[in-house]
Amino acid sequence: MKRKNIKSSGSIVNRGSWGLVLFRFRKNKLAMIGLVVIMILVIASLTAPLYIDYETVYTQCIKDRFLTPGTDGHILGTDQLGRDLFARIIYGGRISLLAGLITVAMALALGVLLGGVAGYFGGWVDNVIMRFCDVFMAVPRMLLAMAVSAALGQGTFKMVIALSVAAFPRFARVVRSSILSLRGQEFIEAARCYGSSSPRIIYKHIIPNGLGPVIISATLSLGSTILSIASLGFLGIGVAPPTPEWGTILAENRINIRYYPHLGLVPGLFIVVCVMCLNFMGDGLRDAMDPRSKV
Amino acid sequence: MSDAILEIKDLHVQYNTDDAVVHALNGLNLTLEKGGVLGLVGETGAGKTTMALSILKLLPEKVGQVTKGTITYNSLDILKARKHQMMKLRGAKISMIFQDPMTSLNPIITVGDQILEVLDLHFPDMDKNEKDQKVDEILGLVGIQAKRKDEFPHQFSGGMKQRIGIAMALVAEPELLLADEPTTALDVTIQAQILKLMKELKDKFDTSMILITHDLGVVAEFCENVAIVYSGEIIEKGTIEDVFTRDHNHPYTEGLFNSIPNLTCDTERLVPIPGFMADPTNLPAGCKFAERCKYCMEECKTHVPPSYAIGTHSIKCFLFSDMEGDK
Repeated sequence: MKRKNIKSSGSIVNRGSWGLVLFRFRKNKLAMIGLVVIMILVIASLTAPLYIDYETVYTQCIKDRFLTPGTDGHILGTDQLGRDLFARIIYGGRISLLAGLITVAMALALGVLLGGVAGYFGGWVDNVIMRFCDVFMAVPRMLLAMAVSAALGQGTFKMVIALSVAAFPRFARVVRSSILSLRGQEFIEAARCYGSSSPRIIYKHIIPNGLGPVIISATLSLGSTILSIASLGFLGIGVAPPTPEWGTILAENRINIRYYPHLGLVPGLFIVVCVMCLNFMGDGLRDAMDPRSKV
Repeated sequence: MSDAILEIKDLHVQYNTDDAVVHALNGLNLTLEKGGVLGLVGETGAGKTTMALSILKLLPEKVGQVTKGTITYNSLDILKARKHQMMKLRGAKISMIFQDPMTSLNPIITVGDQILEVLDLHFPDMDKNEKDQKVDEILGLVGIQAKRKDEFPHQFSGGMKQRIGIAMALVAEPELLLADEPTTALDVTIQAQILKLMKELKDKFDTSMILITHDLGVVAEFCENVAIVYSGEIIEKGTIEDVFTRDHNHPYTEGLFNSIPNLTCDTERLVPIPGFMADPTNLPAGCKFAERCKYCMEECKTHVPPSYAIGTHSIKCFLFSDMEGDK
């Protein structure tokens, strides 16, 4: 797919339709800042073993307790057990980001499947699936996640399952509603009139048109999922200590925040910045993916 | 007279909704000759679009149902045709132009690709370059610069979108074109352009056409034959001359003509047709127009009038029972 775009200089640039999305996304400063920060976080977490020994995350050293940031090679200081905070934050990011991503992916897969089936087939299938989702949506998300993780017990993977169970009905709703609104569109009927088969209509017309809202809601919910992981960690029913995770780190240091505020500020800041940047990205994507928005 | 490309006989279509059974078409008869242009006129809800969808076999599944009658296209019985046969027919042999160009194009696919899609569907063996060339060619024919094919539908005006719709309908060079109120959503100056364009392209591709409209002026301008639809049946049909000379008209057609402002005489008010169209969920036993007809007789209320033919002109009304044959 080629796309011509007239720049202010008058020269004509050819772009693919995804290139156009990228072009619009780039022009959105906040979204770009979000993307860059998230990329830095992701790369820093992924490459962590290259510059931090995993041992440092757990090594306790009583005489090095509560070091202020910068002393003795501890960039962000140490916590109440003398563990290096920087190492714990970076390795914690691996858990937070990865668990968030897996949660959203699982919820998305389940939601797309259920929502797609409900929207496409309609009738009683739609009714059964949507009432099933309504049951889940009737319980506040956090409460549901807490109940499921309480039932399954503590553990990172169990928490991921708990959060995906709490998150999938929203995806199912988004997918179903976008399929329903597309199914009634005249251009779908037109495609049928020009001889398209049902699979082709789904592949050529319904999926590309419905993809936008799904990607956007996935990006936006990634932020809230990371927040939920941190909350569960903070409450002590998410990731089990001593495994580092931003919410858990925050919870461990809670009692010392009054005297050593950086112990609370650092993990808190990481959570806030990460979620905020993901939301900026989601908003930027939403604007960029709408072909009707002006370039 | 050349062969008939499309023949509809005694077509009955109903919609089985949750509330009631809607009788959309009630014994519709229609013949279209090869290369002919038939204007189908009727008010909203008369069954015009239902007829077009029946021809393409695209009535809403489970709801729309053909209860009686036949549709024959080039000696193929459409109602008995298999699914894959119909899929080959749609777009390639029978094509459709839609009423609202704003919604009949996919908003996220470039217009060039949408036209290409039709070619991809029906000419899978065609060379990619050849297809591209055809797209450029058809865009040129409908008066859109080929270099704009990489733009999205929202970057075009309504009239241009309708041109693209026409390009999509014609790119596979169909034999039969169903135009479902192609100019209703456009303003009058663009209407004239689009009609002129359709006429040119029709001649160029030698396409037969059914023009569905509720504008008698458009029909007079554009068609050779005209059929007036009321409550799912054709109550009057004939050549343009037969109908528009207004010597003999069905009372409903007469009402339609009286609702058009006449520039040459001083009429204070237009004369509307009183009442509403018969309720399609509860049709009257006799003539469906009887309730609104100022010439209504006793037998109209109990018996369905047959078609009385006067030459090429036929009218479905008891008023003309003694005029059959003479002209």
